[in-house]
Amino acid sequence: MTKTNRIASALAGLVAAAASVPALAAWDLNMPKGVTDISHKVWDMHMLAFWIMCVVAVGVFGAMAISIVRHRKSRGVTPSTFHESTAVEVVWTIIPFVILIVLALPAARTLIVQEDDSGAEMTIKITGYQWKWQYEYPDSGVSFFSTLSDASREARVRGSGIDVTTVENYLLDVDNPLVIPVDTKVRLLLTANDVIHSWWVPDFAIKKDAIPGFINTMWTKVNETGTYRGQCTELCGRDHGFMPVVVEVVEKDEYEQWLAARVAEQDEQRLAAN
Amino acid sequence: MNAATTDTHHDDHHDHGPAPGLMRWVTTTNHKDIGTLYLWFSLIMFFIGGAMALVIRTELFQPGLQVVDPQFFNTMTTMHALVMIFGVIMPAFVGLANWMVPIMVGAPDMALPRMNNWSFWILPFGFAMMLSTLFMEGGGPAAGWTLYPPLSLQGGSGFPFLIFSIHILGISSIMGAINIVATIMNLRAPGMTFMKMPLFVWTWFITAYLLIAVMPVLAGAVTMLLTDKYFGTAFFTAGGGGDPVMFQHIFWFFGHPEVYILILPSFGVVSEIIPTFSRKRLFGYSSMVYATASIAFLSFIVWAHHMFTVGMPVSGALFFMFATMLIAVPTGVKVFNWVATMWRGAMTFETPMLYALGFVIMFTIGGFSGVMLALVPVDFQYHDTYFVVAHFHYVLVPGSIFAIIGAVYYWLPKWTGKMYDEKWGKIHFWTSTFFVNLLFFPMHFVGLAGMPRRIPDYAVQFADFNAIATIGAFGFGFSQLIFVYVVVKCIRGGEKATDQVWEGAEGLEWTLSSPPPYHSFTEQPVVK
Ligand SMILES: [Cu+2]
Repeated sequence: MTKTNRIASALAGLVAAAASVPALAAWDLNMPKGVTDISHKVWDMHMLAFWIMCVVAVGVFGAMAISIVRHRKSRGVTPSTFHESTAVEVVWTIIPFVILIVLALPAARTLIVQEDDSGAEMTIKITGYQWKWQYEYPDSGVSFFSTLSDASREARVRGSGIDVTTVENYLLDVDNPLVIPVDTKVRLLLTANDVIHSWWVPDFAIKKDAIPGFINTMWTKVNETGTYRGQCTELCGRDHGFMPVVVEVVEKDEYEQWLAARVAEQDEQRLAAN
Repeated sequence: MNAATTDTHHDDHHDHGPAPGLMRWVTTTNHKDIGTLYLWFSLIMFFIGGAMALVIRTELFQPGLQVVDPQFFNTMTTMHALVMIFGVIMPAFVGLANWMVPIMVGAPDMALPRMNNWSFWILPFGFAMMLSTLFMEGGGPAAGWTLYPPLSLQGGSGFPFLIFSIHILGISSIMGAINIVATIMNLRAPGMTFMKMPLFVWTWFITAYLLIAVMPVLAGAVTMLLTDKYFGTAFFTAGGGGDPVMFQHIFWFFGHPEVYILILPSFGVVSEIIPTFSRKRLFGYSSMVYATASIAFLSFIVWAHHMFTVGMPVSGALFFMFATMLIAVPTGVKVFNWVATMWRGAMTFETPMLYALGFVIMFTIGGFSGVMLALVPVDFQYHDTYFVVAHFHYVLVPGSIFAIIGAVYYWLPKWTGKMYDEKWGKIHFWTSTFFVNLLFFPMHFVGLAGMPRRIPDYAVQFADFNAIATIGAFGFGFSQLIFVYVVVKCIRGGEKATDQVWEGAEGLEWTLSSPPPYHSFTEQPVVK
């Protein structure tokens, strides 16, 4: 009995500790709908699959529940002896098959669009490093690194004494975000310099591995300006959790101005170095 | 063997007892003793792997780094997986097979008893070596249990020990599997045709073939890692003309059948328990056998669904998506069969049945997220997030682990000859079920909201659900002490169990005494 008492008190302690966690942000339950045509398609498919699974769950668990309530020995039932029915077996093989086709066809269609980067208006090369991202704009020669912001970097240290809930966009902020124009099909080339990383922005519904020695391709076309955040999603060593992805989506003319400023800045640095 | 010479006084002179003392366990070739060793080993490893999970959950209780260094966190996620897969679920299933397969097919023992001893006893040494890497320079392995290069090649001096221990575990599994195949093929009682074998035997028969097929593949893959690191080869190093993605293909060619190695015997267990407590025959025996075989076949052609994001041709991704979705059909057949077996039965709800029902519901929840994960465009959103963590923990914990615990409750009276404490068994079930859902269900939400897996610290919007999951983890972990209590109490004493044990039980194991004689079926039974 003392064991159970100990368990009970341990649990009570945990519950109390949980209650003391300051109420943080929203209780996000679902995938973001995102800001690209693809992300909307993906979200629709996610919800379609989810609801189909719910219907199947109601059927299967409902039948189980009825059995559990009605076909129990304590109600004095005698068990029936039926078993083996080819007809039933055929039906419950075909129905799931049809459901799967309903899911597979739109998925295949979306995938084909997702993988088609033809007609891209610009290209950006992304390189993963332990533990930062490098963004290069080959057309203009702009290149820079994007690392975890200083505020997060200080707060994340064990025993820093900083309450991370006071840090804005804790772990999801960088010094130099990737900047792209809105309403533009951007091709992203991905590679890595050391180990495999993976570049993900949930709002764009794009994720692909950055692999040393390989160049992977994906594309996005964002419909709304704004700042979008994601993270590296392939375990890449000690600081895997600390190399966020931040993308700034701006109006086209704003983008041109930003790019021109970057080019000028880089030229200046090059002159100074010479 | 010395068992025969040392044991001179025994009720039944045909029934040679075990050697006394510790040497009984070291030198034993008896399938029941070895089964018991496997089961205790896996229980101990369950607490070791569980402690590692609690380290992970403690760090993730709140955002910010409080407890461990990120590198050690990565070591914990890696070791937790290796211990739970190779040290808990697989040995537990082999232990159940050792105990039950000979009894269920009417054999006196396993076909290869000495190899049986060997396949168990190399296991503790393999794991001692694997766990010892934690104390080596550079720490334990921290690249995830999937050991993807180039990251895994950055490992410290523990790396070759890890590889060697994986070889040992693989050899142990292959020997265990060969033994099970040999026993089932050769030692079935007269009349026990293949299509009369209990489903637990069938599912293990198929699992054993999977093991024999894929463990060498894993051994090959990790050996290539070893030569890449120490002998100058470049199988997986792009700089030397190698291909890091090829490792993933080889690994998952092992890894996906491995997933079914971890679940097929559970299907067998549940297919034994549900008819017993429904007092009704399994609805479709032969379709259950065929479904198991189809799942096993399909498991060889779906491996790349673990790696849709590596950038494969559209045609390849589509093939693996369709093949993966196809697995839902035979799996569905199984679930429908279990439900149809309950339908219009006369159910009672002893602890094993509760675990079997919990298995059907929660494994199916894991199956639902599995179908969603198969859809490539959406998988890009789910991949490597906590949604995946939720998915595979649902199929492995309230799936495989629940089936194993249910099997233990189901056969414990047979093994010990005494009934376990039903009240505490039920308490164990309900606390485990409550906390396992508290632990894993919120992971769906944080995953969908965008939390990647394998990170020691996270953005503050994920905090609430992570705190809940941590509470669930501690609750689930400490609930397992109830299990230990019930098992130990049952071994020490309790109400005497009948040979039949359960009213609705059918099969050869229930014709033996409880506990069965040291050598079961010294005279072959005949199955009609
Ligand atoms: Cu990374």
